[in-house]
This record gives sequence, structure tokens and C-alpha cells, in this order.
Amino acid sequence: MNDSAGTPGRTAVRRTAFVNARLLDPASGLDAPGALVVEDGRIADLGPGLLAEGVSEGMARIDCGGHCLAPGLIDMRVQLREPGEEHKETIASAGVAAAEGGVTSVAALPNTEPVVDDVSGVEFVARRAREAKLVKVYTYAAATRRLEGKEITEIGLLAEFGAVGFTDGLHAVADALVMRRVLDYARAFDQLIVQHPEEPSLAAGVMNEGEVATRLGLAGIPAAAEAIMVERDLRLVELTGARYHAAHISTAAAVEAIRGAKARGLAVTCDTAPHYFTLNEHAVGDYRSFAKVSPPLRAEADRAAIAAAVAEGTIDAVASDHSPHDQESKRLPFAHAAPGIAGLETLLALTLALYHKGELGLLDVLGRMTVRPAGILGLEAGRLAKGAPADLVLFDLERPWRIDPDAFRSKSKNSPFENHPVQGKVLRTVVDGRTVFEAGA
Amino acid sequence: MTAPGLAAANLGYAHRHLLGIEGLSADEISFLLDLSENYVELSRRGNKKTALLRGLTIINLFFENSTRTRTSFELAGKRLGADVINMSVAWSSIKKGETLIDTAMTLNAMHPDVLVVRHPDSGAVKLLSEKVTCAVINAGDGSHEHPTQALLDGLTIRRRTGRLEGLIVAICGDILHSRVARSNIQLLGIMGARVRVVAPPTLLPAAVERLGVEVFFDMKEALKDCDIVMMLRLQTERMHGTFVPSTREYFRFYGLDADKLKAAKPDASIMHPGPMNRGIEIDSELADDIDRSLIREQVEMGVAVRMACLDALTQDLRGHNLAAAEVGPEVGPEVGSGAGARS
Repeated sequence: MNDSAGTPGRTAVRRTAFVNARLLDPASGLDAPGALVVEDGRIADLGPGLLAEGVSEGMARIDCGGHCLAPGLIDMRVQLREPGEEHKETIASAGVAAAEGGVTSVAALPNTEPVVDDVSGVEFVARRAREAKLVKVYTYAAATRRLEGKEITEIGLLAEFGAVGFTDGLHAVADALVMRRVLDYARAFDQLIVQHPEEPSLAAGVMNEGEVATRLGLAGIPAAAEAIMVERDLRLVELTGARYHAAHISTAAAVEAIRGAKARGLAVTCDTAPHYFTLNEHAVGDYRSFAKVSPPLRAEADRAAIAAAVAEGTIDAVASDHSPHDQESKRLPFAHAAPGIAGLETLLALTLALYHKGELGLLDVLGRMTVRPAGILGLEAGRLAKGAPADLVLFDLERPWRIDPDAFRSKSKNSPFENHPVQGKVLRTVVDGRTVFEAGA
Repeated sequence: MTAPGLAAANLGYAHRHLLGIEGLSADEISFLLDLSENYVELSRRGNKKTALLRGLTIINLFFENSTRTRTSFELAGKRLGADVINMSVAWSSIKKGETLIDTAMTLNAMHPDVLVVRHPDSGAVKLLSEKVTCAVINAGDGSHEHPTQALLDGLTIRRRTGRLEGLIVAICGDILHSRVARSNIQLLGIMGARVRVVAPPTLLPAAVERLGVEVFFDMKEALKDCDIVMMLRLQTERMHGTFVPSTREYFRFYGLDADKLKAAKPDASIMHPGPMNRGIEIDSELADDIDRSLIREQVEMGVAVRMACLDALTQDLRGHNLAAAEVGPEVGPEVGSGAGARS
């Protein structure tokens, strides 16, 4: 690739042409060879016939080699660990990892220390992201103070300061009255409430309830813990008319409940993470704590149902649920290990498997990680369109490789996908016209 | 204009009690407001006292703390020449509905002529009214009604703008728990005003639009082209994360300040039933703005309206005054003499 413009860390020249690309835009359905021109950080023009005459003087040229040029991925569920657990991840290290993974926007959970439950927390994340100058970092704010599930936060002020939604992170808002008031109050400001849908009184276990847990002698969490909370919340959504998003759906029963709610016209969306359609409870195997995740990896029938729900669109978005943990948090007896998978760098490749297996078209796969989460969060990115931010990912759709957590740019390497074969490799990541990652650079 | 005490005798108010605004007619409300006007004049005189209710006994029975309303009723009764007794009952020490009825029976045996009752439970005043033989005025029951507040608000507005019909009135704040809001929604609706309510959804009762109001979550939208902005008090215990996240956020989005008021008509007036939380639901300077704020006027109208209500409810006791016939057509006496017919 011949360019002097887009090397990492350097400012793009005014106009850059991405030529010889396979343009993929899930929003418009565009899938055609062509070129795209970036000017001042935005997409100035794009199309199949563009620049057929060649690139003009003064325009930087990036030859895409016929590879896929798509909107940069929007990962709507990540944990940045900053402030408070900077030994696991920082906004800067997560930014590098995201860029490596083709992710140009992340939405961070508020479960830091201190919790992001006031405007100063939102401002802190924004300032650190500006300083890191890598990918775009949005943050959710807590739905209740200190994530305690009791008192609602200043949703109006927090939204004015840029919070993209409200959630108690890894905790469900368990009390139905509090959840009702959170939903009700958020409605005044048209804000999104994101729930970790798990009935806590049923979720004291450490892995999926069933034969595997029984054989391992581990306490189980029934699939019903998720369905019960989703179904309760849907009743509250019906009561309040709020916008609701169920995070990392892992069970067939929850999918069915959400499918029904959508059919009834409720403003409900949901996401899942790649591990829920890639792995099942057997991944826990011999007490592998890297496969400990919340909600837990489920039975094979649930895994298949999640894959099918992503394909049919009941599951709107795929997010990494990036949960970086250091060795000390994972090298523990299974019951004591922290749940979570570092996923920013494997989101695209693992999700592209749905395309490679023929379960879903390429544009639809990409849509689950671009325009759909953008729509849920109200972001203007996520599409290839004139005037849109030049947040782009260039990737080799076919290239096979094996996941190597040791090579992660994230500070944490906790992934159950060691040596897992995947297809599809990020070549370049561009944020507002700036190249923030380039393979081999 | 009729003289105080005279208008009541034409039976313009044909109920034994005043338990709420709901169920009153526009004529009855206008009658009470007209009558109140006379008492405004009386209260501004040097000698404020009449002998209209001489010999009658009024008991102010308050199961909930209130200085302002109780004082207003006390003054009203005394200016009309009645004997006024104040009874404050700590409701926390009385738990059962039966005890409320016992209290009613006990008081009834003392032969009061009017009971003015405030109670923290919705419907409690009505329950009590069914057990006594005298007239009962609801001085506020739970989150249900506070009819004399709505009447004094109506009078204040009418004196300011000359009418109620066609006005746009925005009621802002804790609608959910407010008896003031419910009574005003009723009264303003009956009198032909357009009522809007604005609050965060956590402070709006379910199906409030079925009461004939327009519902808003955004203050500026709600205040657009308003004639009257009526603020409500937010109780302290509801400000810190249960119904509203914080006082700071509440004032930012739902507190009345000069910026939000710009959306209303240039001559829009501000009202508040008191006591105010300055800096929470209303900016302090606005509350004191003599050109915009009707808050002090409301307090003055309170006494006049309560005098009118006492007058109207004791008309039977004082006998019909034939001189009142000039005011309007006489209503059949059986309407007014229904006292005691209800169990």
C-alpha cells in the first residue's frame, strides 16, 4: 500500500482516496467495487465509478487491493477498566486493541472505580479518549447511583454531557419498582436503558446449569434467570414506553421473548457477543476460567438459537463484551475467577464466521456491528455515505489465521479462543480519516 | 355585587359539603368565586369582622401538619364571626379507619356547624363526612383533592386576567402526589381553560391525560404560549433518587427560571400553592417578581375563598334571606335541605 498520508499517529492530508476497494455499506446495501474519497475527516464521495480516471494531484492514494472497505465497527459493549483498574486495561490500551480489531467506536460500561454515575465521570472518559486520540470512546452512565440499584442517576444532565445510555453494567437493576422508575424517568429525555438481564437471586452460580455443571460439581445458573429478567423488563417497557436494550443475550428463551416484544411493536433491541454463538458450555471443559463469562456459556441448543437470532435479526447487534482481566483474576479456582473475555481484537473475525458458514450475508453480518448499534446509540457513524464520518475498516475477508491471545494489544489476554481458526483479517482502521491501525506497519 | 352573606342565600351552591371540585358545575364555581370577591373587599377594610356566622361553631380538624391552610380557615371563620376551634391530631398515633370514625362521632356529639378537615389519606374526609350531621369542608385529603386551593387559584387567575375560559394553564411538578393539581385540573377544565401538565414521567400519575389535560415532559414545550404557570411543591424525600435523581437535575429541567419562562406568553403569571422550595422548583427572583408572581395574591385570596365557602355551606343554618332573590332565580329549597339525607 502506497501512501504517505495515513501512517499511524499522523494527520491525514486534506483529501485521501481509497481506490480498488470492495465497498460494503450495510445501511444502503451497497456491495460493489469502487473508490471512496475522504476529506477533512469525512466521506466526501464514494461509488463504483468514482476516480475511474485516476487520482488527481494533491490527493493521497490508498490502494485497497480489492479488499473490503466497510464502516468501522461500533462495539456497543466494552469495559475500559479506567479509572480504577488500569493494570487490566486503560482507555489508551483499549483504543489500540480496538483499532487492531477494526473497531472505530466503543461504548464503555460505567462499572469503573469510581463508577461513572455523575457528569465528572463522563467528562473524564471523554478527556482521556481525546488524549489517547485513537478510536471514538462513548460511555454509558450508571442507571442507579454506585450501581446499587436503588436511586436513579441524573439521567438528564448525564445525557447532556454525552452519556449514550444508562446501565448498571454487570448488574441487573433487580428491583422492579426502581427499574420502572428508571425507565419512566429516562423517557422524559428519550434515553436508552441497557439491562444486564439476569435475575440475581437465580444467578449465584458460576456456569450454565446442566449436565456439565453437575459433572464438574460447579453451581449452575439456569437459562431461566435470563428469560425471567427479560420478560419482566418487557412488561415494564410496555408499561412505561421507554427505550430498552437487553445486553449479551445468551438463551433461546430470551430471544423468543424479545422476538414477541418486537412483534408487539415495543422499542426493544438486544445484542449478543461472539462467544455466545461460537462456544457452548463444554468450553468450560476442565475448569477453564477463560471460558467463565457472565452470563455463562450455554447449552448447544441455546448457542444455535443465538446464531439463528443474529441471522434473522431478532438480535440487532453483536458486541465484543470486552472484559479484560489480568492473570491474577483468572488463575483461580473456577468459582472464584472473574468472569469475562477480552474481545475487541476478535470481534470481526469471530462474527464473520456467520458469513463464512453461510448463515448470514456479508452485509448483514457487518450491519450487526455498524449501522444497527449506531442506530441504537444514536451515533452518526456506521455507514458509508457522503458527509458521514470517515470511520472505516479495510479487511481481507478470506485470509485465514489463528487467534493468539498473547499477540493481543489489549493489556489483558483472557480469551478462550487460543488457537481458534478464523477467517478475515483487519488490514487498516481509519477514524475520522486518520489511520489508527495498519497491518504490518 | 351583593353584600357578604346575601348571595349564599340564593342557593347558588347546592351541596351539603365541599369535598372536592369534581362534580361541581361551572355555575356553582362561578357563584363561589363571585361570592369570594365580596370577601376580598371585606378583608381589605379596617374592620374585617361580620356577624354572619355568629353563634356557629367551626372545628378545624387537621390530621396532617399545616400552618398556612389552617390559619387561613381560622381567619376566615373568625372574620365571619364564628367560634373557631383548632384540633391537630397526630395521625401517626391513630392507625385504623375505625378510629377516624370514632373521632368523627365524638366531634359530632359536640354539635359543630362546620368541620374543616385535612387528612393524609385520600378519601378520608369523605368517609368522615358520612358520619357527621354538620357540613364538612375538605382542606386536603391525601393526593385526592384540595378544593379551596383550586378555588383560590381560580379566583386569583380570574382577577388577573378577567376570565378562566380559553386560558392556557401549565401545572408543573409533582402531579403524582398533588391534590392541588387534581383539584385545579378539575376546576380549570370545568371552567373551560386548557390545562397542561409537565413533569418527569416518574411524577405523573397513570392515564393522567384521561383527566382532559395535555401531558408534557419538557418544560419549554409545556410553557409555550401559556397564560399561567402553576408550580407545585416537591417534597424533600422525593428529591434524592426515588422519583427524581437530585435537586440540581430537577431545577435544571423542571425548575421555573427566567429562561424557561420565556416560552410562555410575555405577560404570563406565576403561581405556587406554597410553601416554596426556592432554587428547586422555582427560581427565587421569579417567585418575588411583583409583575409576574401571583403567589402573595394567592394567599390573600385564600382567606376570601374560605369565607365564601363557609358562607355558602351555612346558608341553611342561617335561614333563607329573601333579599337575595334579586341576585338570580331561586333554586328549589329541597336541593339545599338535603342535609342529613345521606347516611
